[in-house]
Amino acid sequence: MGGFPFSAIVGQDEMKRALLIAAVDARIGGVMIFGDRGTGKSTAARALAATLPLIKVVQGCRFNCDPDHPHDCPDHCDGRRSHKVSVPFVDLPLGSTEDRVLGTLDLERALAHGEKQFEPGLLAKAHRGFLYIDEINLLEDHVVDLLLDVAASGENLVERDGLSVRHKARFVLVGSGNPEEGELRPQLLDRFGLSVEVRTPDDIADRVEIMKRCDTNEQDAAGFAESWASEDAKILKRIAKAKAALPKVETPEAMLEDMATLCKAVGADGLRGELTLMRGSRALAALDGKKVVTRAHLKTIAPLALRHRLRRNVLDETGSTVRIERALEELFG
Amino acid sequence: MNAATAVKAVMSDAELAVHIFVQWPSSFGGIVLRGDGPARDEMVAFAKDAIGKFGSVAKIPSNVDTERLLGGLDVTATLSTGQSVMRAGLLDSAAGGVVILPMAERVATNVAAHISQAMDGGDVAAILLDDSAEPDDAPPAVLTERVAFYTDISALRSFRADMPFAKPLALADVQPLNDEQLYAIAATSAALGIGSVRALLFANNTARAHAALNGRNHPNDDDIAAAVRLVLAPRATQMPQSERPPPPEPENDQPQDNEPYDSDKDRKIEDIDLEDILLDAAAAAIPKHILDQIDGATKRGGKGPAGRSGQKQKSARRGRPMGSRPGVPGNGKRLSLIDSLRAAAPWQNIRRQSAAADDARIIHIRKSDLRVRHYEQRTESLTIFAVDASGSSALSRLAEAKGAVEMMLAQAYVKRSQVALIAFRQSAAEILLPPTRSLTRARRALAALPGGGGTPLAAGLMAAQQLAEAAQRAGQTPTIAILTDGKGNVASDGTANRAVAMEEAHQASHRIAALGLNCIVIDISPRPRDEAAELAAALNGRYLPLPQAQSAAMVAAIESLNAQ
Repeated sequence: MGGFPFSAIVGQDEMKRALLIAAVDARIGGVMIFGDRGTGKSTAARALAATLPLIKVVQGCRFNCDPDHPHDCPDHCDGRRSHKVSVPFVDLPLGSTEDRVLGTLDLERALAHGEKQFEPGLLAKAHRGFLYIDEINLLEDHVVDLLLDVAASGENLVERDGLSVRHKARFVLVGSGNPEEGELRPQLLDRFGLSVEVRTPDDIADRVEIMKRCDTNEQDAAGFAESWASEDAKILKRIAKAKAALPKVETPEAMLEDMATLCKAVGADGLRGELTLMRGSRALAALDGKKVVTRAHLKTIAPLALRHRLRRNVLDETGSTVRIERALEELFG
Repeated sequence: MNAATAVKAVMSDAELAVHIFVQWPSSFGGIVLRGDGPARDEMVAFAKDAIGKFGSVAKIPSNVDTERLLGGLDVTATLSTGQSVMRAGLLDSAAGGVVILPMAERVATNVAAHISQAMDGGDVAAILLDDSAEPDDAPPAVLTERVAFYTDISALRSFRADMPFAKPLALADVQPLNDEQLYAIAATSAALGIGSVRALLFANNTARAHAALNGRNHPNDDDIAAAVRLVLAPRATQMPQSERPPPPEPENDQPQDNEPYDSDKDRKIEDIDLEDILLDAAAAAIPKHILDQIDGATKRGGKGPAGRSGQKQKSARRGRPMGSRPGVPGNGKRLSLIDSLRAAAPWQNIRRQSAAADDARIIHIRKSDLRVRHYEQRTESLTIFAVDASGSSALSRLAEAKGAVEMMLAQAYVKRSQVALIAFRQSAAEILLPPTRSLTRARRALAALPGGGGTPLAAGLMAAQQLAEAAQRAGQTPTIAILTDGKGNVASDGTANRAVAMEEAHQASHRIAALGLNCIVIDISPRPRDEAAELAAALNGRYLPLPQAQSAAMVAAIESLNAQ
């Protein structure tokens, strides 16, 4: 499938909102998307990456270095010319080995020339972009661990046989999976910033609309992209504005208290819940063009930020979303 | 038009699907051919031939490794020549064409993931040859989700390779489906419980392709029906309701862009007619084994994590090989020699240079090179029979229950699953047979099972729960089958008190339901009663009234539960 315009995706507002928030504030720490196959999860993430403005990259640098923020690049790319590329989108296949993800010894150099050189892995490729992992719940636990470590620190460190490489790897981690096919360990889930549940639209009209748009896209991708370009441009502007406004968004003391109360009420373990609530609300306020976080933002963001952090009660089969909504209702009316 | 209908009568849907697929492989992602037979060989040969005219066809063995699949450096050649030798991956060389996967049900997850990525990019289409013997075996869902057609050709004798169509049009010459037709496809897929959007898109393409094959510029109802039969029916997850709820009111929907579907009422009535026809077509085309699964799935309410058999578990000791990973052998982990050597190979030149002059080793292996094998195994299933041997559940039924357990055991022996037997009568429950696979022990225990006395239902449930939990801890997937009339009358302390006994049984069943265990209640009272059905509901399990218990029917019911 060619690039599908982000704004042309029918419905799935929650998923789109989560992705936008992650695009505004990367520190939010990734988005986990739960849902069945064929609900447009990867299409949405891919579309957002394609919509974002081109980034400046040092030419020939294998680590996607930003020429305006030079740092210790293993390629020593300082001072080289730069060019513009689209935001990277890396699709991490299931069954990827540690070597492929982190990077490893450059086989070609090693075998042919006996040289010890590092060959970047998928993490380097995803730097400053998106790393999408379909069916993350089926990925080997130790690989998920590695990924989340790097996503949190923004840096990848490879030490092996005297090969020592450290490079930046900042990316928006987007994981997707169907919980019925295997669960992700709670410790790993907790490290995702936001989570969304996607479902196929039940509405027949929506389904028809999806078919129409996909068909038009297939027949004439360029024309279709053209017809959505102005919508996409609006989104782009919104993200750019929000990014600029984000540091100035105010979070009143009372809101912080609300967040803590909510986390306590639903029993979200750890501090990550509160932090994500705060960052998420701020990013949402910024996206809405508001200068102050309000309760409405908190209410919108709460299910996304908390639903995957609730401890499961064996005797209570109530879904996490319902529990959060109930708590919101009780606390804030 | 007449000719086309005549052709359809002789041509099976499977053949039709193959003909559509080979014309436009990239629009349909691929096709599953399930079942072996002479027809399949003919089909594959035909597809190879037809697609070979404009694209490449590559066969991917099910045990292919990632390096061969994706290509890269040819380690052996590079080492021997001292120059880097690159090798193209199977997927690269198949770009723009089709890959054939024999034994697709056995393909490893990582291989499936890479192929599905290539399919997502539109680079390849796939022909999946499915040789599964068990009804619940299938190629990985990441692949089947991305192919349009799913055909069962085990009953097909031969394949008509000659093109029975006049001159097919180009796909671009066929008009897009009109609103009614799109609406019909969307509504039908919703009625069949199909969630994936891909199915909709494939159905849309199929309708147009079918029109193109038949030389029609405007797709008609025949084309839509073909799309429903070929694409939607095999994906059904529920039977369409024969009694239709009132049609959704598109009037209330926010008008999407410029094409409202509510422009006139007459059209809507037509839609519903078309939809009805389509649903009938779909119902007729839903494959038999899917129907069985649907039957099992809708009746089973459990959503717990522990439920289904065939849950996979990663293991370092047993099961199907899943490749290797870094690690030190020992603790039951076994060294993977080839992979370790392969990991060490690239470093040899470097290590030799830095080695001491008197180091005469031919191969330099370090700890970080070591790779251990990694396996995946299916968890064993355990069926726990809790048999009500009280006086109330008539002794004649007990004999039938015994027969069923014995049959189950014979099956379990084949499938390597286990069986346990609990009897509850008089004042307590007793584990007559701890989990076993032994036929003789089970027979002996069964023969010795006495009947008569009160019904300590709660005690029976608790004993079953304990066994099930122990089995879960041991990595097994338990299923509880309770054969009772549901009328508990002995409390857990052994006193005869019907009210207390029922209350306790209720609580016990809720605990089992909370654990998400697979349950089935087989009502063995002479006439089906509410009590047993209520018990089944409280357990979140299936209820099977068996006034005249037939062992075979009982076994079939439990089997279908296990199959999920």
